[in-house]
Amino acid sequence: MKRFLVFVKKEFLHIFRDVRTMIILFLIPGALILLFGFVVSNDLKNATVSFLDLSNDEMTQKLSDKICSSGFFQRGENLSSYQEIDPALRGNKIKAVIIFEKDFSRKLIGEGKATVNIITDGSEPNMATMATNYISAIIADFNSDLAGKGATATLLVQPEVRMFYNPSLKGQHMFVPGVITLIMILICALMTSITITREKEFGTMEALLVSPLKPVQIILGKIVPYFILSFVDVIIILLLSRYVFDLPVKGSIILLLAESMLYILMSLSLGILVSTVSKTMQQAIFISLVGMMLPTILLSGFIYPIENMPKIYGWISAILPPRYFIIIIKNVMIKGTGFLYVWKETLILLIFTIAAIGISMRKFNIRLQ
Amino acid sequence: MSDKVISVHNLVKKFGSFVANDHLSFEVYRGEIFGFLGANGAGKTTTIRILSGLSKPTSGEVMVAGYDAHKEPEMIKKNIGYMCQKFSLYEDLTVKENIMLYGGIYGMKKQLIRDRTHSLLERLQFEEYGDRLIAALPLGLKQKLAFSVAVLHEPKIVFLDEPTGGVDPVTRRQFWEMIYETAARGITVFVTTHYMDEAEYCDRVSIMNEGKIQALDTPAALKQQYNARSIEEVFIRIARPAKQ
Repeated sequence: MKRFLVFVKKEFLHIFRDVRTMIILFLIPGALILLFGFVVSNDLKNATVSFLDLSNDEMTQKLSDKICSSGFFQRGENLSSYQEIDPALRGNKIKAVIIFEKDFSRKLIGEGKATVNIITDGSEPNMATMATNYISAIIADFNSDLAGKGATATLLVQPEVRMFYNPSLKGQHMFVPGVITLIMILICALMTSITITREKEFGTMEALLVSPLKPVQIILGKIVPYFILSFVDVIIILLLSRYVFDLPVKGSIILLLAESMLYILMSLSLGILVSTVSKTMQQAIFISLVGMMLPTILLSGFIYPIENMPKIYGWISAILPPRYFIIIIKNVMIKGTGFLYVWKETLILLIFTIAAIGISMRKFNIRLQ
Repeated sequence: MSDKVISVHNLVKKFGSFVANDHLSFEVYRGEIFGFLGANGAGKTTTIRILSGLSKPTSGEVMVAGYDAHKEPEMIKKNIGYMCQKFSLYEDLTVKENIMLYGGIYGMKKQLIRDRTHSLLERLQFEEYGDRLIAALPLGLKQKLAFSVAVLHEPKIVFLDEPTGGVDPVTRRQFWEMIYETAARGITVFVTTHYMDEAEYCDRVSIMNEGKIQALDTPAALKQQYNARSIEEVFIRIARPAKQ
């Protein structure tokens, strides 16, 4: 045991002394979270909309005020004819034009139906879709307000699944789980595979293997520091998301932390597996980045929904452990569901972990023969 | 010199159908400097791995430091030191931290490590380097230090796998002085090298070729037997047939 602790201490020294490792461990997670949260955010914030109000009555005033006071939109100049729409959108400042038809209030109350026209700038498809969705949502909300007052109205209602668990429509809700998933693969798999192959390259692995340390102790000694530090990272990310983005963990924190530990362990065992198949650091880095990071970013459902992928990518994604962790963490963090809803994914992660450890142990022993 | 610390009898190691070690038999005594020579690929590394408990023999008797390589490789590991041809200290740790690490791995008490560190640095006139990173030391110093660390726990045998590769002649000379001192303390030195002048410094030399030990004797006796002026000549005569 004492031998083991001496070894673990040495691993910590390696980590704390290497600036690059420290950057990857502590700077990148925070930076990624802030980057995704603030910069890459898909949110609308103060997009300018112009109104062409052909009816200009109490109801249209109310609705346009509601849209502009939502925080997502700000009022641009008011238009007075259809001819002005095109130049307004071309000016690039205005992201959408909202048109209220003539006699809006009268039609709404009399016929129970009035039309709002939303015109967006299709040259920015993302922005256009978002603006449409957001405005539709606000109108739907306006509808239900009206319905509450006894008036029947069927304005434009468009269901949007994304908003269901994300009522304030915050993009961070999607990115925090993704970033945790990504960071853990980065730190655990990449870093452990590098540290083990580094020992091979420098010849220190030989010295360790002929020492009384058992191979298991060597591997565990490599894992323990990264396990602890990755766990610290998870906590930092959760604190950032709680206090910077106001995104608390809805479900059980204990469950979330326990699942994170399992995922960290799984990533670490993948890292060891990578190190047993690669002879040099370059190989290890290449396998970790191309074999793990890229698929995690592209195929795990972090950025692109798995349902929208061509079938074959869906299948590839099924063998990627991060995919299951994203499901777990989204469920626990955002929906607040309990273990009963994520036990299947947990079991899959557990199987991945055991398989990776098993294969690496075998490889390690063969190498020793 | 009658204490046997290594005794090998009919050692065979096969990898599939490839025979890396073909019925090796030899003995090494306490305090002896044993030169283990052979061309690249002759099977030296395989033998050293077996002797140091890293790999199991396919068949044959192998006793190292009083333990059986088949059954007690873990006990062998505790009683040997090892320094490999690549370099075995950590560049990003200081001299003292490296010593602490290896001392700790070999289960030495902290106080004992401290005492030995002190006398070791003194002996090497290294005192001012104690808190420097290994990366900042010249290669010669690193090699000497690596050797001192390999025998820090006073093993029965120390294996040196091409310890002087890339080192200048002066440092090599100093390195061999350290080897002599170590052997004089009763630690057996088992050394491989490609420098034939170093082979002349050994008490006994074995020359391996194609998985077999072709010659084993004192340098003087080998030269006489092969009617050669130097061990280099002996080596070339033994190793050459393999090339054809």
